[in-house]
Amino acid sequence: MSIASTQKRGFGAILWDYLTTVDHKKIGNMYIAAGAFFFILGGLEALIIRIQLVKPENDFISAGLYNEMITMHGTTMIFFAATPLLIGLMNAIMPLQIGARDVAFPFLNSLGFWLFLAGGLLMNCSWFLGGAPDAGWTAYAPLSVVSPGHGTDFYVMGLQLSGAGTLMGGINFLVTIVTMRAPGMTYMRMPLFTWTTFIASVLILFAFPALTVGLFLLMFDRMFGSAFFDIALGGNSIIWQHLFWIFGHPEVYILILPAFGMFSEILPVFSKKRLFGYTSMVFATILIAFLGFMVWAHHMFTVGLGPTANAIFSVATMAIAVPTGIKIFNWLATMWGGSIKINSAMLWTLAFIPSFTIGGMTGVMVAISTADYQYHDTYFVIAHFHYVIVGGVVFGILAGLTYWWPKLFGKVLNETLGKIAFWLFFIGFHLTFFIQHFLGLMGMPRRYWVFLEGQGLDTGNLISTIGAFLMAIGSVVFVYNVIITSIKGEKAPADPWGDGRTLEWSIPSPPPEYNFKQLPLVRGLDPLWIEKMEGNNKMTPAEPLDDIHMPNGSILPFIMTIGFTIASFGFIYQVDHSAWLIAVFGGMAIALGTMLARSLKDDDGYHIHKEDLEKEVD
Amino acid sequence: MSQEHSLNPENLPKDPAKATLEGRNKFLGLWFFLGGETVLFASLFATYLALRNSTAGGPSSQDLFGLELVFIMTILLLTSSLTSVYAIYQMKNYNFKKMQLWFGITAILGLGFLGFEIYEFYHYITDYGFTFRSSAFGSAFYTLVGFHGGHVVFGLSWLIAIMVRNAKRGLTLQNAPKFNTWALYWHFIDVVWVFIFTVVYLMGMVS
Ligand code: HEM
Ligand SMILES: [Cu+2]
Repeated sequence: MSIASTQKRGFGAILWDYLTTVDHKKIGNMYIAAGAFFFILGGLEALIIRIQLVKPENDFISAGLYNEMITMHGTTMIFFAATPLLIGLMNAIMPLQIGARDVAFPFLNSLGFWLFLAGGLLMNCSWFLGGAPDAGWTAYAPLSVVSPGHGTDFYVMGLQLSGAGTLMGGINFLVTIVTMRAPGMTYMRMPLFTWTTFIASVLILFAFPALTVGLFLLMFDRMFGSAFFDIALGGNSIIWQHLFWIFGHPEVYILILPAFGMFSEILPVFSKKRLFGYTSMVFATILIAFLGFMVWAHHMFTVGLGPTANAIFSVATMAIAVPTGIKIFNWLATMWGGSIKINSAMLWTLAFIPSFTIGGMTGVMVAISTADYQYHDTYFVIAHFHYVIVGGVVFGILAGLTYWWPKLFGKVLNETLGKIAFWLFFIGFHLTFFIQHFLGLMGMPRRYWVFLEGQGLDTGNLISTIGAFLMAIGSVVFVYNVIITSIKGEKAPADPWGDGRTLEWSIPSPPPEYNFKQLPLVRGLDPLWIEKMEGNNKMTPAEPLDDIHMPNGSILPFIMTIGFTIASFGFIYQVDHSAWLIAVFGGMAIALGTMLARSLKDDDGYHIHKEDLEKEVD
Repeated sequence: MSQEHSLNPENLPKDPAKATLEGRNKFLGLWFFLGGETVLFASLFATYLALRNSTAGGPSSQDLFGLELVFIMTILLLTSSLTSVYAIYQMKNYNFKKMQLWFGITAILGLGFLGFEIYEFYHYITDYGFTFRSSAFGSAFYTLVGFHGGHVVFGLSWLIAIMVRNAKRGLTLQNAPKFNTWALYWHFIDVVWVFIFTVVYLMGMVS
């Protein structure tokens, strides 16, 4: 590794390296880079929405374009920004935390990434090919079935591709955690971020297939004339809502649980205290995940499911606040009496606690089904879910990125810039969304292109738009920090915070391709901290130094993805002309042919030899 | 290492499919995957149940279904699951030839099932004019049963591919997990069919 990296390599070689890599760290970094790209894209869409709403009856963009903006903003942020940023961190960090050399299925890992990226890019192609999807990120039928043009077709195929990729990622993480933990790393010694990765993967596994089916039904109705949502032929459009939310509510927990995990890593390190209530944290996570599957119909209170169903889903939803509350108190208690160090990773964490709690409280408000008739489809709901998603998930991602940046890229982000970015973003966030609670209560509906003058909504909307710009500036500072750090930053040691407690801090930053020269012996929760307390300062190896087996890189996942992407274009356009069926069959042939090649070709990987490992300095 | 050489009972582990970490990972990975597949089929079943009486004046399940055909299909598929168990049993005995034989029988039974299913669809379409587009019931029926049929097609292609590929190589620690995971997948398809038989055909005949 050190030999290879000191050699200068051409651009082509680096590109090829990334196209074929099966290294979980590189794949993780690609997820983060792609997620950041889509985050910026989604952010620009948000700014455009806010500019349109800066004053009454504005005509900055047309009504049609406005619908495309809100749809693409929501879809991009959920599926192509938040989810991949989290999956990227899981990919890069979780194997290090359990003392593994890679994930269980490195090939599948790479395929999952390329499918996600293809899905995101495919959907955004729609901007240039006649118009983006415009039926909302929830794509309710029958609107999504009759929506003209190909926008919604791009939505369907894009989500289908990236959904398949996410599912693969989930299965991969599950198997990795079950079979590849280092000696001594029992389940109840796993760091909380690993635990939440595990539980979020379970949610991915059981939630995404429901979306897959929903998307198939929508695809069949739009492209092949089936009648699932066609009332005239006996169809039923409520089926879409059920399938979408059976996926959709667990999805919000797929996003928030890993963020919870990250805060649970950061707080102990910067409080110099072990996590308070570790066991209750684990069980609260499991309970939240379990309840998360029981509450989907709270998005459908106003559909008319009847008082019994509404009451049951109402109570079940409120119950989730209990395990969530347990977590909040555990985080507070972790800091209690600790020697607290406040840096930018910690600032995001500290800001998360009250912000998310506000979102949780409005969550309980909208969970009251009778009251929700008033809140539903107003800006109150927008305020609610941005408090949990931005105040929870985005703060979590930014905290986690700041915290693990040295481990991922070998350099510590600049603190001053980090703090400036935080304060701009934090103030901007509350400015944007706090006022929206009141706009909603005053009756401002969501997803409307304009609002009218003289209804008391002007000032609130203006404030909200100003806040959005502050968040944008904050994000720019964050990106600037990343650039400056990669140019000028100093090389980080293995444990740049000095108080690292978990295994990832026991190996170099960034880690070598095989992660652990010798697998570590884990003797308890916070294994590195235990060794530090005993004056060892490094992990005790669990095995003698020996050859390390590594998987070979492969271009097949990339080719397979290209095949599926071609087929997706074929599906979208075969409605116009049956010649496009050639793309469908050709694309599928490429994809399935590669799959066959993969299954039939023997790939034994290679070994890094003991002698070479001995030469490496730690 | 000598993984390339084919195995025999004297020099090898008790269960060749789970002797390596890769093998165990594959098996566990497929179990998880089947968990996801369960949700997939559950969603399709739920959709079907919601729409099975929405015939929009077209043919209904009582008009269409005949138990004889479905009965034969069920027997074929259930038997194929049994023969795949024999194949895995022979694998654990390191009897590669017999394993291939039983897998061959499994494939033939699967192909038989598929033939009848294609005939069934053809029959509904030509004799009753009952298509994917006739009604919401039609869409739901063909989607649910078709998804299962698609899984059968995929499973058969997969099986034939690994059988042909390894025909001359004998059993190795590399290919044993592949046969093993395939068998697990095939049992799952079988179980789904039992539910289709009950929910679609039996319930469709009585109500
Ligand atoms: C105490 C916890 C929570 C409760 C009780 C809760 C409750 C609710 C309810 C009842 C709705 C539907 C409101 C309506 O449409 O009228 C809703 C919407 C929403 N919630 Fe939550 N929620 C909670 C936590 C979360 C979390 C953690 C996230 C994401 C990380 C989240 C994301 C969303 C989103 C995205 C929507 C809007 C979906 C849409 O219609 O576009 N919620 N929430
Ligand atoms: Cu929900």
